[in-house]
Amino acid sequence: MSQQEWPLWEVFIRSKQGLNHKHVGSLRAADAQMAVENARDVYTRRSEGISIWVVKSNEIFASDPTESEELFEPAHSKVYRHPTFYDVPDGISHM
Amino acid sequence: MQRCAVSIPSNIAEGSGRNSEKDFLRFLSMAISSSFELETQLLLSLDLYNLEIDNEPDKLHTLQKMIRGFKKNTGDLISNVFCPKVSSLKRMNALATYTLRIADDSLILGHRVSEWCGHGPILEEDIALTNIALDLIGQATSLLEYAAQVEGEGRSSDDLAFLRYEKHYTNTLLTEQPNGDFGKTIVRQWLFDTFRVFFFDALRHSKDKQLAAIAEKSLKETKYHTKHSSEWVIRLGDGTEESHQRAQAAIDALWRFADELFFMNEVDQELIEQGIAVDLAKIRPLWMERIQHVLSESTLRLPENNWTQKGGREGNHSEHLGFLLTEMQYMQRTYPGMEW
Repeated sequence: MSQQEWPLWEVFIRSKQGLNHKHVGSLRAADAQMAVENARDVYTRRSEGISIWVVKSNEIFASDPTESEELFEPAHSKVYRHPTFYDVPDGISHM
Repeated sequence: MQRCAVSIPSNIAEGSGRNSEKDFLRFLSMAISSSFELETQLLLSLDLYNLEIDNEPDKLHTLQKMIRGFKKNTGDLISNVFCPKVSSLKRMNALATYTLRIADDSLILGHRVSEWCGHGPILEEDIALTNIALDLIGQATSLLEYAAQVEGEGRSSDDLAFLRYEKHYTNTLLTEQPNGDFGKTIVRQWLFDTFRVFFFDALRHSKDKQLAAIAEKSLKETKYHTKHSSEWVIRLGDGTEESHQRAQAAIDALWRFADELFFMNEVDQELIEQGIAVDLAKIRPLWMERIQHVLSESTLRLPENNWTQKGGREGNHSEHLGFLLTEMQYMQRTYPGMEW
């Protein structure tokens, strides 16, 4: 007899200092509301974050690792895509 | 002789289970008299039946000395160790009594929920329930510290938590009910949390600064607890046939204890007049409205029987509290004064 499991959800948390949600792990929950609550209990015990996103794991469509060569290698040798040919004036610290 | 011999420890045990010092001393006297009776019967047996006796009379004398010594110290022991300085609930001032009620609810329910640690139905719920238990015990700590301070008898929060007798706890009967299955735990939590949200929301306007501060801090975590338990009641009720049955059975079993959450007596009246306590009659309809809302979403219903049960607030507890305290107090009573 097979055991029915709750769906698996991937959890993303944005920290107080952050701009983006980072993937922190996964958990099982019956539905989205429960998933957020479980994520709060499991992944924010030590004030790790202020915002939670949950996505059903089977809704995430990921790139195929065997295709990573053709997907990512060509960009390495295209030096003209990087803005490196002009001097950054003094006083501009983040460029 | 066997009857006499058994009567010695039996009387000591029975006396220790009594509520008053006088009773205990009386039973200790009966234990001593039984030991005298036993000694006489031993000596008679020697004369009448040539019973071989060795150092039994000496052992009996030692035992009698021990019981007498214990009797002498019992007055001190009972009041300072088992039941320090306060032998009746009524002797506490109103504010201490009021604070202790809130504290005991958090303490006893916190202990109950902590029993789920390692036994949760799934990992995520195990963490959720133990988080809730920790929150409750945290509230209990602050409240017990304040109660001890207001009482002014030199007791610490640990003394209050671990060294009181059953009859001196003032938690509601609802909080001491056994966990049962997950449904029962969740229904109990839902009834209690919903009450606590309205209670703390009102208490944070108390004229007593300390109670107001504790209420303000506890309100946020209580809001979360309520969300958690309400969402679960809805899912269990409007879930599978089994979850619905179990949730309904839980409501049928626990509804009779909900009324006591709104118990008030002269302690409350006195403090309401001073602007310190919450008028529970005012928050009751708000609570009922929330309960009805969740009930209708969960397709669950209230039992038809309107019978209610109370007594916890006045120290008259169900049979469950004794077992709970046996576990909760075990370490402190076995190793008095132990610290982490």
